This record gives sequence, structure tokens and C-alpha cells, in this order.
Amino acid sequence: MGGRRVPTPSQTVGPFFGFALPFPGDSSPAVGGEALRIEGQLLDGEGAPVVDGLLEVWQGDQFARCRTDAEGAYHFTVHKPSPTPESDGIPTASHLNVSVFARGLLRHLVTRLYFPDEQAANAADPVLARVDPGRRATLVARRDGAVLRFDVHLQGADETVFFAH
Amino acid sequence: MTSPGEAEEFEPPYLYPDYKSTVLRAPSRPLVRLPEEWFHNARGPAFGRIPVRSEDADLTQQHQGEPLGERIAVSGRVLDSDGAPVRNTLVEVWQANAAGRYVDPVDDHPAPLDPNFTGAGRCLTNSDGWYRFVTVKPGAYPWRNHPNAWRPAHIHFSVFGPDLGSRLVTQMYFPGDPLMASDPILQSIADPRGIDLLVAAFDWETTTPNWALGYRWDIVLRGRNATPRGI
Repeated sequence: MGGRRVPTPSQTVGPFFGFALPFPGDSSPAVGGEALRIEGQLLDGEGAPVVDGLLEVWQGDQFARCRTDAEGAYHFTVHKPSPTPESDGIPTASHLNVSVFARGLLRHLVTRLYFPDEQAANAADPVLARVDPGRRATLVARRDGAVLRFDVHLQGADETVFFAH
Repeated sequence: MTSPGEAEEFEPPYLYPDYKSTVLRAPSRPLVRLPEEWFHNARGPAFGRIPVRSEDADLTQQHQGEPLGERIAVSGRVLDSDGAPVRNTLVEVWQANAAGRYVDPVDDHPAPLDPNFTGAGRCLTNSDGWYRFVTVKPGAYPWRNHPNAWRPAHIHFSVFGPDLGSRLVTQMYFPGDPLMASDPILQSIADPRGIDLLVAAFDWETTTPNWALGYRWDIVLRGRNATPRGI
């Protein structure tokens, strides 16, 4: 199989990926009654919208991708995933893995979206337990009418928790 | 710092002020570390929904005529850092045309568009991890990062691999390009050995007589034994 190799370093996705990476229906893999719409904004350290970002949601067989628009807004329509145990058997709360790419991000960021109606499971979740209690709320989506709202703050007082990857 | 037995890595930092867009976009708090195997447990997506046709790997055959520019074939293997080939994984590329202009509407560089070139391609690696694209060599182009700033010629690559930890978006550069030395995106990688990993090699073996120049570039994704990186 060969020896250990040094990983290829990351570089920014840049501003010009919009014609290449999106594909038809990419933000909405889920159809049907159980589909859940998630909306949010990607914001920089001054609270300005990041208009050239790309978010990917990745969980189980679900993969969704959305480019941010002129307001930094994105949306996904996905199925709420069932809880999956981590590899050491610890049960985890239902969540989505979210990766963030943008001009100005030399390496992408990875975060998680948790669901607001899972308070007991979230309280027992081993990943949330590793996060400063004062910052855990950045990982939990908010119910906003018929949709869930999940904003990503790259910097600032409300900076989203990101995970080493 | 790397501990004994741990592979060396050359990832760029999030904050690199010479690349001005990092200043308001780099996270300022330390990244939260999880046990390594938790990320590897997040198995990657099925790619069935992303349409990949065999013609998507030849960027010179996507229009009625041939694009202008120097025809090249870029090929290599996708491996993981444990040395194993990464099979049947999605590789996406995008690039400027030979004049240094992207089709993307965001690009306002006053260089000509080429009606015969879009500059986007996709393929799946084969059972040995190989990928191959035919395209034209992209041109350099100016940007607004600093006075008289020019990006060296490059092709953007997006590669998935088997799990969340293996996901990679990066750029491939061309050997001998004098613009590399002053490009803050490339120079954000502090160690010249890391920069070398992003520069393809001109390759006689894959140069097709009377047709196309060959470039060889292998890609290494983080394998199961790679350590998550913080800020």
C-alpha cells in the first residue's frame, strides 16, 4: 500500500466556483413530507454577508451543497438524520455535518448543526459537551416559522464553533 | 509541531493578512478538537446525484469548436496519507481560460471569453485512484489583493475521499511560473515543501505526440491516521 504520505495542502475555493460546483437540485436532496428546510446566512467578522461562500451538508447518504447569494444566504432541504453512535459507541444527538468554503478561507471550516427540538439529546451529546457552554448555542438551529434558521458567523462575538479536521 | 511517527503537514493558516480576504473571514477562536475517529466515522456521501459523464473530463470537447490555448492533459493519482489509492471518488476541477478569464459572472477581468471553453470538469477516480483531465492551460489574471497583484496560472481541484476528514479543496500550479513567488494564496503555506506539493510536474510520459502536453499531479487526502488540524 506504500508508506505514509504528506497530505496535499488546502487552498481557497476562491470567488469563481459558482459556474462549476453547483449542480441541479444540489441544495435539496430531500423531497416528500419529512423534508426539512434550513435557511441561514454566512457572515464575516463585521457582520457583512459573505456573498461568495459555499456550504456543504453531509450526513449519512445525504449530501447537499449551496452557494451563498447576494445576501450571504443559503438554504437546504434535507431529511432530519437519525441519531448515529460515534465509533466508540457513545450515542449522539441528531445533527448535520456542515462544511464552509469561501474566498478568504485558505482551508475550509467544519461545524455541526443540531436541532432545537432535541433538548434532552443535545444535553447528553458528547460533542456538544466538549464545547464551551457559552458557545454551544451557535451550533443549534432556531425554529423560525416553517423553517429552521442556522447562521454561520466566521468571526466576532457570535463566532460559530468550528471543529479541527 | 509534529510528534514522533506523525506525518509532517503543511496546511496554510486561516489568518494570513497578506491575503486580505482572510482578515475578516478567518475564525479567531481555537478550533474544537474531537477524538480523531469521530470524523472518520462520518462516512462520505453517495455521489449518485452528482451527474458525472465520461465527456466531463475533457474540457476541450464541451462545445462545437476547440478552445484556444495550449492543450494539456493533467493526470495523477488520488492517494490517502496512509498510502492507499482512493478509488471511485469525485474529482471536480474549474479554471480560467487561456486568456485568464473565468466564465463565472463574478469575474470582470477585461480579457476575452472563449465561446468554446467553459472551464469546468468532473471525473471519478478509477480502481487505482487515477484521474485524468484534458483541458487548456489557464492564463494568469489580475486581482485586487494588492497593487499589481496577479494570480499564477492554476486549476482548482475539489476532491471528496471516503469521509468528512478527507475532503479537500485546493489549487494546482504549473512548474516554473514566476508569479508563484509573489502570490499570497500560495505563499500562505510557510514551508516550501508544502508549496512544492501544489506544483504539477511536466511529464513526457503523458505528453501525447502532436496533440497535448502532459502534466502529472498526485493528490494526497488525509487518511484515517491523520491528525485533525487546529488553527
